[in-house]
Formats: sequence, structure tokens, C-alpha cells
Amino acid sequence: MPISNKINRRPFVAALLGKRNGALVIPGLGSPTWDCSAAGDSPEYLYSWGGMGLAVPTALGVALARPDKRVLALTGDGEMLMGIGSLGVVAAQGAKNLAILVLDNESFGETGRQTGLTSDATDLCAIARGFGIQRTMLVTAQEKTEELADFLFKGDGPCFAVAKIALSEDPWSLPVKDGAAIARRFRISLGIEAA
Amino acid sequence: MSEQVTWSDEVFREIKKREIASVCTVPDGGLTRLLNLIKADKSMRLITLTTEEEGMGIVTGQWLGGRRSMIAMQSSGVGNCINALGLPSVMRAPCLMLVTMRGQYGEFNPWQVQMGQGARPALEAVGVKCFPADHPEEVAPAFIGAADLAFNGGFSCAVLVSQRVIGAKGFGQK
Repeated sequence: MPISNKINRRPFVAALLGKRNGALVIPGLGSPTWDCSAAGDSPEYLYSWGGMGLAVPTALGVALARPDKRVLALTGDGEMLMGIGSLGVVAAQGAKNLAILVLDNESFGETGRQTGLTSDATDLCAIARGFGIQRTMLVTAQEKTEELADFLFKGDGPCFAVAKIALSEDPWSLPVKDGAAIARRFRISLGIEAA
Repeated sequence: MSEQVTWSDEVFREIKKREIASVCTVPDGGLTRLLNLIKADKSMRLITLTTEEEGMGIVTGQWLGGRRSMIAMQSSGVGNCINALGLPSVMRAPCLMLVTMRGQYGEFNPWQVQMGQGARPALEAVGVKCFPADHPEEVAPAFIGAADLAFNGGFSCAVLVSQRVIGAKGFGQK
């Protein structure tokens, strides 16, 4: 159903990440990765420059390996849809420390802003519930970051949220693109590898 | 059921030896015995996927978190993985795959032949090191070679278990 998308992504994501309280962040490729970078670099952000459809599977893998950590998959609507079946795997594996947030601007942001399926009938929260993820939340207002942070970072997962995002022109904020460097500093931050 | 040790038992032993704690799969008939061993093991997790490409993300994520995982699939599933294999590759993360082959020797189903014949070339086209096993006694050594290369150096490695090992699946046959 068409919703008037109002949320300004950069301050929204920055405010949310300010409340992550040590949660690891797995952003999908494109705008979610740039938003994380713009909020302030961290080795706990596993930036993505490819592998469309793999944000939630990768986050699930991290969550299963590290039950002591909260893990947030932070991705876009197109990337989520390309890996949509992974929501079923998430529910079946019952990862209590996994949260998913889709920044839904109803477009393919990196390739010319072609219209995506969530601009019309596709309802990602209904899909998540259909796969068995019981806790879902739809956010349409900029000032809801506190409530959203409580939803994502406290309480048992798996949980799934959608934030409807306005199309905007944001300054470039490109993080490191060397995949081995991104992986290595992530593992160093988890104490798996020595610096 | 026969008490004879099969390649599935030997591979399971090598999985345990290497502390591979979980296996991602879209199941194949040829993997039945191995998958049942994993499912029965309370210290292991069998992760059923909706499509094999999810395995690339899950095993990479587990490695990022300090745990070992792998993917077990049919050769048809290899086709679903090709773009996703870019993720472990660019991160230099180990990606170990066990693939039971179709479309080779006496294949009954013509729809299996393109990807069965194409699996190895497709994997090699994206840099995956392939370890074929044409006879049952070759499977465990191939698995050892693939697993150790993968985890020691951060490579994508695929064991290709020939249809000669599994036997051609026929209509009405389990």
C-alpha cells in the first residue's frame, strides 16, 4: 500500500546507531552501507559493496556464531527482496540475538532509482510474519528512533522492522571497499584475530 | 541397514575432527546419509536453506564470528551460488562446499544435464578450487584436501562427488 515516505535517512540511521549499545551491524550494499559510514566509521560495521541478497544470511551466520552479541542486518528493500527466503531460515533457526531493519525507499537506489516492488502491494512485514518472524514493526515517522532502538536491540529476536524512507540527495560517504580489510577488522574487534 | 563404513561416515568424521559446527543445505538424495548423521548429532546444527546461495552468506558470517560452517548441495544448486561466491572470495573467507553431482553418468532427467555438466566450469570460472571424487574411497581424501585448503588459507573449495559414486537416480527409486 502506498505510504508517504517521510523519513530522512542520514539523521535517522545516525540516531539509531547511536543507540546500538555494541550491536554488530551488517549493512546491505548501497545506501545502507553509505548511511553507516556517514554515521561514523566502526570496525563493527561489515560494509558491503556486493553480494546482493546476502545481508540477512550473513547476519544470521554472525548471530549463530556469536550468541553473546546482538546483530543487526540493516538493508534496503531491493536487497531484502533478493534474499527474501532467508527470513524463513532466520525464523527456523530461531536466532534470539538477530534483528533486521529494512530502510525502504521503494527504489533501486544505486542503479537509477527505478521503482521497486514495495512501492505497491509488497508488504515486507507481512512477508516476515508469513515466514514465522512474529515480532515486526513499521516505522513511518522520523522521531521514532528510540522506540525502534528498543524494538531492535532489546528483547528476544528474531525481529523485523521496516522504516519508510524518503528519496534524498545525500553527500557521498564511501567506506573502505577492500573486503579482506573489512572482514579482518571486524574479526579483530570480536577478538578472533590479533591486530 | 549395512554396518559397512560409507563415504558419508568418513566425511562426517572429518567434519567433526575439524570442528565444523554447522552445515547449510538444500538437501539432495545422495546426501541423505550424511545429513541424517548431522541431524542426529546434538552438538551440530543442520541449517536448511530456501536456496543454496544463502549458504555463502551464512558460512561467511559464521567465519566472521569465529566458527566453521560449510554447504552441502546438489550440482543444480551450484548454479544458484555463482554471484554469491563473490562474498567469501572478496573477504578471503573459507567457503567449503560438498556437491553431489547430477547430469553425468546415466542421468535419467535431462533437465539436470546442463548444470551437472556446467557445475565445475562455472565454479572454476569464479575461482573455486574443485576436488573431484569419482569413486567412494576418494571422497574423504578429497574432502580433507578441500577442507584444509579452505580453512587454512581462506579459499572457496568444492568437493564434487561423482554420479558414479551416488548412482544414477531413476524414476520411482528412492
